[in-house]
Amino acid sequence: MSAPNGPLPADRGDRDPLPQRQAALIDLLDRLLGGGAVITGDVVLSIADIDLVRVSLRALIIAISEQNPSPWGAAPAARGDRHDG
Amino acid sequence: MNGTLAYVYAVARDLPALAASVADLPGVSGGPVRLVRAEPGDDVAALVSDVTAADFAEEPLKRHMEDLDWLETVARAHHGVVEAAAQGTTVLPLRLATVYLDDDRVRAMLAAHRRAFADRLDRLARHTEWGVKLYVEAPAREEQQPAAAAGTGRDYLRMRRAQRGSREDAYRAAQGAAARVEEAARGHAVDRVRHRPQQGTLARGPGENIVNDAYLVPQREAEAFREDVTRAVAAQGVRVEITGPWVPYSFAAPPSEEPRQAPDGTTGP
Repeated sequence: MSAPNGPLPADRGDRDPLPQRQAALIDLLDRLLGGGAVITGDVVLSIADIDLVRVSLRALIIAISEQNPSPWGAAPAARGDRHDG
Repeated sequence: MNGTLAYVYAVARDLPALAASVADLPGVSGGPVRLVRAEPGDDVAALVSDVTAADFAEEPLKRHMEDLDWLETVARAHHGVVEAAAQGTTVLPLRLATVYLDDDRVRAMLAAHRRAFADRLDRLARHTEWGVKLYVEAPAREEQQPAAAAGTGRDYLRMRRAQRGSREDAYRAAQGAAARVEEAARGHAVDRVRHRPQQGTLARGPGENIVNDAYLVPQREAEAFREDVTRAVAAQGVRVEITGPWVPYSFAAPPSEEPRQAPDGTTGP
Protein backbone atom coordinates (compact mmCIF):
# COMPACT_ATOMS: atom_id res chain seq x y z
CA MET A 1 0.00 0.00 0.00
CA SER A 2 2.19 2.74 1.24
CA ALA A 3 5.06 1.47 -0.83
CA PRO A 4 5.18 -1.26 -3.41
CA ASN A 5 7.37 -3.91 -1.89
CA GLY A 6 8.27 -6.27 -4.66
CA PRO A 7 7.09 -9.80 -4.28
CA LEU A 8 4.04 -10.10 -2.12
CA PRO A 9 5.11 -10.56 1.48
CA ALA A 10 2.99 -13.69 1.62
CA ASP A 11 5.73 -15.39 -0.34
CA ARG A 12 8.08 -15.21 2.56
CA GLY A 13 8.08 -18.23 4.75
CA ASP A 14 5.61 -19.85 2.42
CA ARG A 15 6.50 -23.18 1.01
CA ASP A 16 4.90 -22.32 -2.27
CA PRO A 17 7.29 -19.89 -3.93
CA LEU A 18 4.97 -18.93 -6.80
CA PRO A 19 5.08 -15.19 -7.07
CA GLN A 20 1.60 -13.82 -6.75
CA ARG A 21 1.10 -10.20 -7.56
CA GLN A 22 -2.64 -10.48 -7.67
CA ALA A 23 -4.65 -11.11 -4.54
CA ALA A 24 -6.48 -14.43 -4.52
CA LEU A 25 -10.11 -13.86 -5.37
CA ILE A 26 -11.30 -15.69 -2.29
CA ASP A 27 -9.21 -13.46 0.00
CA LEU A 28 -10.57 -10.43 -1.80
CA LEU A 29 -14.18 -11.58 -1.46
CA ASP A 30 -13.71 -12.32 2.23
CA ARG A 31 -12.84 -8.66 2.60
CA LEU A 32 -15.10 -6.97 0.08
CA LEU A 33 -18.20 -8.94 1.02
CA GLY A 34 -17.42 -9.69 4.64
CA GLY A 35 -15.60 -6.45 5.44
CA GLY A 36 -15.89 -2.86 4.40
CA ALA A 37 -18.09 -0.37 6.17
CA VAL A 38 -21.78 -1.01 5.66
CA ILE A 39 -23.43 2.37 5.48
CA THR A 40 -27.02 2.68 6.49
CA GLY A 41 -29.21 5.00 4.49
CA ASP A 42 -28.31 3.36 1.20
CA VAL A 43 -31.27 4.19 -0.98
CA VAL A 44 -30.74 1.52 -3.59
CA LEU A 45 -29.93 -1.63 -1.71
CA SER A 46 -30.99 -2.13 1.85
CA ILE A 47 -28.48 -3.79 4.12
CA ALA A 48 -30.75 -6.78 4.36
CA ASP A 49 -30.57 -7.15 0.62
CA ILE A 50 -26.82 -6.99 0.63
CA ASP A 51 -26.72 -9.65 3.29
CA LEU A 52 -29.07 -11.78 1.26
CA VAL A 53 -26.84 -11.40 -1.73
CA ARG A 54 -23.91 -12.36 0.40
CA VAL A 55 -25.59 -15.41 1.79
CA SER A 56 -26.64 -16.75 -1.57
CA LEU A 57 -23.23 -16.00 -2.98
CA ARG A 58 -21.58 -17.78 -0.11
CA ALA A 59 -23.74 -20.76 -0.79
CA LEU A 60 -22.63 -20.65 -4.38
CA ILE A 61 -18.91 -20.42 -3.92
CA ILE A 62 -18.26 -22.00 -0.60
CA ALA A 63 -20.72 -24.84 -0.44
CA ILE A 64 -20.67 -24.76 3.32
CA SER A 65 -21.91 -28.09 4.48
CA GLU A 66 -22.79 -29.72 7.73
CA GLN A 67 -20.88 -32.78 6.55
CA ASN A 68 -17.71 -30.76 6.24
CA PRO A 69 -17.41 -28.93 9.53
CA SER A 70 -14.40 -27.14 10.82
CA PRO A 71 -12.08 -29.38 12.84
CA TRP A 72 -12.45 -26.92 15.70
CA GLY A 73 -16.10 -27.78 16.13
CA ALA A 74 -18.13 -24.63 15.89
CA ALA A 75 -16.71 -22.72 12.96
CA PRO A 76 -15.92 -19.08 13.63
CA ALA A 77 -18.58 -16.89 12.14
CA ALA A 78 -17.82 -14.79 9.11
CA ARG A 79 -18.69 -11.71 11.09
CA GLY A 80 -15.87 -10.17 13.01
CA ASP A 81 -15.47 -11.16 16.56
CA ARG A 82 -12.78 -8.98 17.89
CA HIS A 83 -10.01 -9.75 20.28
CA ASP A 84 -12.09 -10.87 23.14
CA GLY A 85 -10.27 -13.57 24.96
CA MET B 1 -35.06 4.05 -12.24
CA ASN B 2 -33.09 5.15 -15.26
CA GLY B 3 -29.67 6.46 -16.10
CA THR B 4 -26.75 6.56 -13.76
CA LEU B 5 -26.15 5.81 -10.12
CA ALA B 6 -23.26 6.79 -7.87
CA TYR B 7 -21.05 3.88 -6.84
CA VAL B 8 -19.01 4.60 -3.71
CA TYR B 9 -15.74 2.72 -3.15
CA ALA B 10 -14.49 4.24 0.01
CA VAL B 11 -14.25 7.28 2.20
CA ALA B 12 -10.82 8.79 2.57
CA ARG B 13 -8.94 11.56 4.28
CA ASP B 14 -8.80 14.18 1.57
CA LEU B 15 -5.11 14.91 1.32
CA PRO B 16 -3.66 16.61 -1.77
CA ALA B 17 -2.34 13.26 -3.00
CA LEU B 18 -5.78 11.69 -3.11
CA ALA B 19 -7.18 13.24 -6.27
CA ALA B 20 -4.03 12.46 -8.22
CA SER B 21 -3.84 8.88 -7.02
CA VAL B 22 -7.20 7.94 -8.51
CA ALA B 23 -7.19 10.31 -11.48
CA ASP B 24 -6.43 7.81 -14.21
CA LEU B 25 -8.03 4.73 -12.77
CA PRO B 26 -10.85 2.88 -14.42
CA GLY B 27 -13.71 2.38 -11.99
CA VAL B 28 -16.04 -0.59 -11.74
CA SER B 29 -17.74 0.39 -15.00
CA GLY B 30 -14.57 1.54 -16.70
CA GLY B 31 -15.36 5.22 -16.17
CA PRO B 32 -13.37 7.68 -14.10
CA VAL B 33 -13.29 8.00 -10.32
CA ARG B 34 -14.07 11.38 -8.74
CA LEU B 35 -14.09 12.85 -5.26
CA VAL B 36 -17.31 13.94 -3.60
CA ARG B 37 -17.29 16.06 -0.43
CA ALA B 38 -20.16 16.99 1.85
CA GLU B 39 -18.97 20.59 1.80
CA PRO B 40 -16.23 22.17 -0.27
CA GLY B 41 -13.01 22.01 1.70
CA ASP B 42 -14.08 19.08 3.86
CA ASP B 43 -11.19 16.86 4.82
CA VAL B 44 -13.14 13.67 4.21
CA ALA B 45 -14.12 12.71 0.68
CA ALA B 46 -15.94 9.82 -0.96
CA LEU B 47 -14.47 8.08 -4.00
CA VAL B 48 -17.27 7.78 -6.51
CA SER B 49 -17.89 6.52 -10.04
CA ASP B 50 -20.94 6.68 -12.26
CA VAL B 51 -22.45 3.29 -12.95
CA THR B 52 -25.52 2.39 -14.95
CA ALA B 53 -28.78 1.58 -13.26
CA ALA B 54 -29.08 -1.24 -15.76
CA ASP B 55 -26.19 -2.96 -13.96
CA PHE B 56 -26.29 -1.60 -10.42
CA ALA B 57 -29.92 -1.10 -9.48
CA GLU B 58 -31.22 -3.59 -7.01
CA GLU B 59 -32.56 -6.27 -9.33
CA PRO B 60 -29.70 -6.43 -11.84
CA LEU B 61 -27.19 -6.22 -9.03
CA LYS B 62 -28.69 -9.24 -7.31
CA ARG B 63 -28.47 -11.17 -10.53
CA HIS B 64 -24.91 -10.07 -11.22
CA MET B 65 -23.72 -11.00 -7.77
CA GLU B 66 -24.37 -14.63 -8.58
CA ASP B 67 -22.14 -14.40 -11.63
CA LEU B 68 -18.62 -15.08 -10.47
CA ASP B 69 -16.94 -13.54 -13.52
CA TRP B 70 -18.89 -10.31 -13.16
CA LEU B 71 -18.24 -10.30 -9.47
CA GLU B 72 -14.51 -10.79 -9.92
CA THR B 73 -14.28 -7.96 -12.43
CA VAL B 74 -16.11 -5.57 -10.14
CA ALA B 75 -14.25 -6.75 -7.05
CA ARG B 76 -10.85 -6.24 -8.68
CA ALA B 77 -11.80 -2.81 -10.00
CA HIS B 78 -13.13 -1.81 -6.57
CA HIS B 79 -9.96 -3.12 -4.96
CA GLY B 80 -7.79 -1.31 -7.50
CA VAL B 81 -9.37 2.03 -6.66
CA VAL B 82 -9.16 1.44 -2.92
CA GLU B 83 -5.51 0.37 -3.11
CA ALA B 84 -4.53 3.30 -5.30
CA ALA B 85 -6.22 5.77 -2.99
CA ALA B 86 -4.45 4.20 -0.03
CA GLN B 87 -1.06 5.01 -1.55
CA GLY B 88 -1.43 8.58 -0.45
CA THR B 89 -3.85 8.71 2.45
CA THR B 90 -5.92 6.75 4.95
CA VAL B 91 -8.86 4.96 3.40
CA LEU B 92 -12.03 3.50 4.85
CA PRO B 93 -13.32 1.02 2.27
CA LEU B 94 -17.05 0.52 1.95
CA ARG B 95 -18.75 -2.80 1.38
CA LEU B 96 -18.71 -3.88 -2.26
CA ALA B 97 -21.62 -2.44 -4.27
CA THR B 98 -22.55 0.49 -2.07
CA VAL B 99 -24.64 2.49 -4.50
CA TYR B 100 -26.47 5.81 -4.22
CA LEU B 101 -28.94 7.52 -6.49
CA ASP B 102 -26.69 10.50 -7.08
CA ASP B 103 -23.95 12.69 -5.63
CA ASP B 104 -26.39 14.57 -3.44
CA ARG B 105 -27.26 11.35 -1.69
CA VAL B 106 -23.54 10.65 -1.26
CA ARG B 107 -23.08 14.11 0.27
CA ALA B 108 -25.94 13.47 2.66
CA MET B 109 -24.36 10.18 3.67
CA LEU B 110 -21.00 11.88 4.25
CA ALA B 111 -22.61 14.60 6.33
CA ALA B 112 -24.59 12.09 8.39
CA HIS B 113 -21.51 10.06 9.27
CA ARG B 114 -18.96 12.86 9.34
CA ARG B 115 -17.86 12.28 12.90
CA ALA B 116 -17.80 8.48 12.70
CA PHE B 117 -15.77 8.55 9.50
CA ALA B 118 -13.25 10.97 10.96
CA ASP B 119 -12.86 8.85 14.10
CA ARG B 120 -12.44 5.65 12.15
CA LEU B 121 -9.93 7.21 9.76
CA ASP B 122 -7.90 8.42 12.73
CA ARG B 123 -8.02 4.93 14.12
CA LEU B 124 -6.86 3.30 10.88
CA ALA B 125 -4.13 5.79 10.03
CA ARG B 126 -0.72 4.14 9.70
CA HIS B 127 -2.23 0.68 10.18
CA THR B 128 -2.55 -2.10 7.65
CA GLU B 129 -4.39 -5.37 7.65
CA TRP B 130 -2.65 -8.73 7.43
CA GLY B 131 -4.34 -12.01 6.68
CA VAL B 132 -3.15 -15.08 8.55
CA LYS B 133 -4.36 -18.41 7.27
CA LEU B 134 -3.42 -21.75 8.74
CA TYR B 135 -3.66 -24.96 6.78
CA VAL B 136 -3.42 -28.45 8.13
CA GLU B 137 -2.01 -30.99 5.79
CA ALA B 138 -3.51 -34.08 7.37
CA PRO B 139 -3.38 -37.44 5.72
CA ALA B 140 -6.57 -37.98 3.78
CA ARG B 141 -9.35 -39.90 5.44
CA GLU B 142 -9.17 -42.51 2.71
CA GLU B 143 -5.68 -42.95 1.33
CA GLN B 144 -5.72 -44.38 -2.12
CA GLN B 145 -4.09 -47.55 -0.99
CA PRO B 146 -4.21 -50.32 -3.51
CA ALA B 147 -6.33 -53.10 -2.07
CA ALA B 148 -3.34 -55.43 -2.18
CA ALA B 149 -1.36 -53.22 0.17
CA ALA B 150 -3.85 -53.85 2.91
CA GLY B 151 -3.30 -57.58 2.75
CA THR B 152 -5.26 -59.25 5.48
CA GLY B 153 -8.17 -57.76 7.32
CA ARG B 154 -5.93 -57.20 10.32
CA ASP B 155 -3.41 -55.27 8.22
CA TYR B 156 -6.25 -53.16 6.92
CA LEU B 157 -7.52 -52.34 10.38
CA ARG B 158 -4.03 -51.45 11.57
CA MET B 159 -3.58 -49.19 8.58
CA ARG B 160 -6.88 -47.44 9.22
CA ARG B 161 -6.02 -46.95 12.87
CA ALA B 162 -2.69 -45.44 11.93
CA GLN B 163 -4.37 -43.11 9.48
CA ARG B 164 -6.87 -41.98 12.04
CA GLY B 165 -4.12 -41.47 14.57
CA SER B 166 -2.03 -39.34 12.28
CA ARG B 167 -5.05 -37.23 11.33
CA GLU B 168 -5.74 -36.58 14.98
CA ASP B 169 -2.08 -35.78 15.54
CA ALA B 170 -2.13 -33.33 12.66
CA TYR B 171 -5.18 -31.48 13.97
CA ARG B 172 -3.78 -31.42 17.48
CA ALA B 173 -0.55 -29.97 16.14
CA ALA B 174 -2.55 -27.41 14.19
CA GLN B 175 -4.51 -26.40 17.24
CA GLY B 176 -1.28 -25.81 19.12
CA ALA B 177 0.11 -23.81 16.23
CA ALA B 178 -3.06 -21.72 16.07
CA ALA B 179 -2.74 -20.83 19.74
CA ARG B 180 0.92 -19.87 19.33
CA VAL B 181 0.14 -17.80 16.25
CA GLU B 182 -2.60 -15.96 18.09
CA GLU B 183 -0.26 -15.23 20.95
CA ALA B 184 2.49 -14.02 18.62
CA ALA B 185 0.09 -11.89 16.59
CA ARG B 186 -1.35 -10.30 19.68
CA GLY B 187 2.08 -8.98 20.55
CA HIS B 188 1.89 -6.66 17.54
CA ALA B 189 -1.71 -6.36 16.37
CA VAL B 190 -4.27 -3.99 17.82
CA ASP B 191 -7.36 -5.80 16.57
CA ARG B 192 -8.48 -9.04 15.00
CA VAL B 193 -11.39 -10.22 12.90
CA ARG B 194 -12.06 -13.85 12.12
CA HIS B 195 -13.21 -14.78 8.67
CA ARG B 196 -14.79 -18.10 7.91
CA PRO B 197 -12.23 -20.78 6.96
CA GLN B 198 -12.04 -21.01 3.21
CA GLN B 199 -13.64 -23.97 1.52
CA GLY B 200 -15.02 -24.77 -1.87
CA THR B 201 -13.87 -24.26 -5.40
CA LEU B 202 -12.17 -20.92 -4.82
CA ALA B 203 -10.18 -22.13 -1.84
CA ARG B 204 -6.56 -22.89 -2.49
CA GLY B 205 -4.53 -25.60 -0.91
CA PRO B 206 -2.59 -27.51 -0.28
CA GLY B 207 -4.22 -28.59 2.92
CA GLU B 208 -7.39 -27.67 4.69
CA ASN B 209 -7.85 -24.09 5.81
CA ILE B 210 -8.65 -24.04 9.51
CA VAL B 211 -7.89 -20.45 10.51
CA ASN B 212 -8.64 -17.39 8.36
CA ASP B 213 -7.99 -14.34 10.50
CA ALA B 214 -7.30 -10.71 9.76
CA TYR B 215 -5.16 -8.58 12.06
CA LEU B 216 -4.89 -4.82 12.21
CA VAL B 217 -1.21 -4.02 12.62
CA PRO B 218 0.61 -0.70 13.01
CA GLN B 219 2.82 -0.23 9.95
CA ARG B 220 5.95 -0.03 12.05
CA GLU B 221 5.16 -3.46 13.51
CA ALA B 222 4.47 -5.17 10.19
CA GLU B 223 7.84 -6.79 9.76
CA ALA B 224 8.01 -8.09 13.32
CA PHE B 225 4.41 -9.29 13.08
CA ARG B 226 5.17 -11.38 10.02
CA GLU B 227 8.35 -12.79 11.44
CA ASP B 228 6.87 -13.72 14.78
CA VAL B 229 3.74 -15.26 13.28
CA THR B 230 5.76 -17.29 10.82
CA ARG B 231 8.06 -18.49 13.55
CA ALA B 232 5.19 -19.36 15.88
CA VAL B 233 3.75 -22.00 13.54
CA ALA B 234 6.59 -24.49 13.96
CA ALA B 235 4.55 -27.64 13.62
CA GLN B 236 4.82 -30.57 11.26
CA GLY B 237 1.97 -30.65 8.77
CA VAL B 238 0.80 -27.10 9.52
CA ARG B 239 1.31 -24.35 7.00
CA VAL B 240 0.82 -20.63 7.43
CA GLU B 241 -0.01 -18.22 4.66
CA ILE B 242 0.29 -14.54 5.41
CA THR B 243 -1.36 -12.14 2.99
CA GLY B 244 -1.04 -8.41 2.86
CA PRO B 245 -0.58 -5.66 3.48
CA TRP B 246 -4.25 -5.00 2.84
CA VAL B 247 -6.14 -1.77 3.14
CA PRO B 248 -7.98 -2.46 6.42
CA TYR B 249 -11.17 -3.81 4.87
CA SER B 250 -11.90 -6.09 7.77
CA PHE B 251 -11.66 -3.21 10.24
CA ALA B 252 -13.83 -0.65 8.53
CA ALA B 253 -16.44 -1.09 11.24
CA PRO B 254 -19.91 0.25 10.56
CA PRO B 255 -19.74 3.86 11.70
CA SER B 256 -23.16 3.90 13.32
CA GLU B 257 -22.89 0.58 15.03
CA GLU B 258 -20.47 -0.13 17.83
CA PRO B 259 -21.32 -3.55 19.26
CA ARG B 260 -18.29 -5.05 17.53
CA GLN B 261 -15.99 -3.03 19.74
CA ALA B 262 -14.06 -5.28 22.06
CA PRO B 263 -14.24 -4.44 25.75
CA ASP B 264 -10.76 -5.56 26.68
CA GLY B 265 -8.73 -2.54 25.69
CA THR B 266 -6.82 -4.23 22.89
CA THR B 267 -8.63 -2.18 20.31
CA GLY B 268 -7.04 1.15 20.70
CA PRO B 269 -4.08 3.18 21.72
